Amino acid sequence: MNALQGIVLLLVAGAGTCVVVARDPLRQAILASFFGIVLAVLFFTLQAPDVALSEIVVGAVALPLMILLTLAKVRGGEK
Amino acid sequence: MTFLPYVVAVWLFLAGLYGIVTSRNLVHQVVCLSVVQTSTYVVLLAVGYRTNATAPVFAGIALTRPAVDPIVQALSLTDVVVGATVSALLLAIVVQVHKRTGSLDPEDLRDVNQRIPQ
Amino acid sequence: MTLRTRRFVFLVMAPILGAVLLWAFAGLPRFGHYRGPYGDILNAVSVPERHVTDVVTAVNFDYRGFDTLGEEFIFFAAVIGVVLILREQSDERLGHIEDFASGRAVPPTSDAVRVLGLGLVPLTVLFGIDVVVHGQLTPGGGFQGGVVLATAVLLIYLAGEYDDLHGLYQEATLERAEAFGAAAYVALGLLGLGLDGAFMKNVLPLGHTGSVWSAGAIPLINIAVAVEIGAGLVMLLTNFLHQTIVVRPDGRRSPLERVLRQGRPT
Repeated sequence: MNALQGIVLLLVAGAGTCVVVARDPLRQAILASFFGIVLAVLFFTLQAPDVALSEIVVGAVALPLMILLTLAKVRGGEK
Repeated sequence: MTFLPYVVAVWLFLAGLYGIVTSRNLVHQVVCLSVVQTSTYVVLLAVGYRTNATAPVFAGIALTRPAVDPIVQALSLTDVVVGATVSALLLAIVVQVHKRTGSLDPEDLRDVNQRIPQ
Repeated sequence: MTLRTRRFVFLVMAPILGAVLLWAFAGLPRFGHYRGPYGDILNAVSVPERHVTDVVTAVNFDYRGFDTLGEEFIFFAAVIGVVLILREQSDERLGHIEDFASGRAVPPTSDAVRVLGLGLVPLTVLFGIDVVVHGQLTPGGGFQGGVVLATAVLLIYLAGEYDDLHGLYQEATLERAEAFGAAAYVALGLLGLGLDGAFMKNVLPLGHTGSVWSAGAIPLINIAVAVEIGAGLVMLLTNFLHQTIVVRPDGRRSPLERVLRQGRPT
């Protein structure tokens, strides 16, 4: 295991902790997008380009988008 | 040091689980569930990895070069997309819960058999 | 149990769970020393047998195509679930289309965003089609390409108004496209069953390795999956958008909500 993989693994652990610790869902959506990108870099260093492509389009785009849409609906009602 | 991927996977699993257990917001819980799911992808890809091997795509390289395991990649690949869709289903349920009860706090919603005044 | 009790129990039991998991992982071969044998067999035989260069796609849609069929139907069921859960309720009304955020007026879309969005839409569609069609040659395939195509449709919402997407919500085209994608996958599997006795057997001509139309049924399965995933994801997101932008609560509260709102300080 080389140094790059070690560093990216630690980044993934850190980003995952940040996503859990952020209690406000709006902040969490942006952190989840960042977590998706770091995870895709990890998959890339583990020689898995298919999975990395999948994780980028889903984890960095589709999932935060759905969280934001949910928040817009939930908070829009509280006026 | 070569044990680090598994340690990170266990850490992600436990951190996500902590988020679910101690959460005060349903949307926060759904995002923590997706963090728990990513720990399984890390385990799968770590199991299939081979040192100094290349990706299992043989376009332009010789067939005899060592490559990593393609089966676990196939599993993770479909799992990522489907996992996000199941999270979408959970978020739709959260939207409906908020519409019906006005609250996103799991503590408020604990009693399923709440007495509804007639 | 209260939140404090839950947290205490978790902090006691989590290290035990972690230790058991780590002990289980210690029994695996060391990281980097993958032993095989199935991965090695597949890497060796996929290219000559199926004329693909991306072994992961061959595993997904040919060797383990039956599992991908199951995954695809999980996706299908989840989309149906979302559409059912977010259907129009009796105590809601459809307001006029209003892009609102709580407490502030939303400015109209700036020209820069409009130009950028409209410029990106054809590029994204082209990129999505490229990822889908070259799935058996380079990393890509139906799943990734389908999500990219869905993103292209949502760029239209970003660059314009919800009006442009609202028609998509009403139309049955998306639902028909998704059903067509799922049915085409099953039909291609049954084709293998009918012509050669095994479900999902690759019976179409295999072609020349490295060209776009190679690997028999795999490009067709890729296209079917991309159509289903793209249409399904667009349906998901337009349903969420419809809830936010069009649907308004009717003012009458459900009895459960009245109970909850009584007990909480304003």
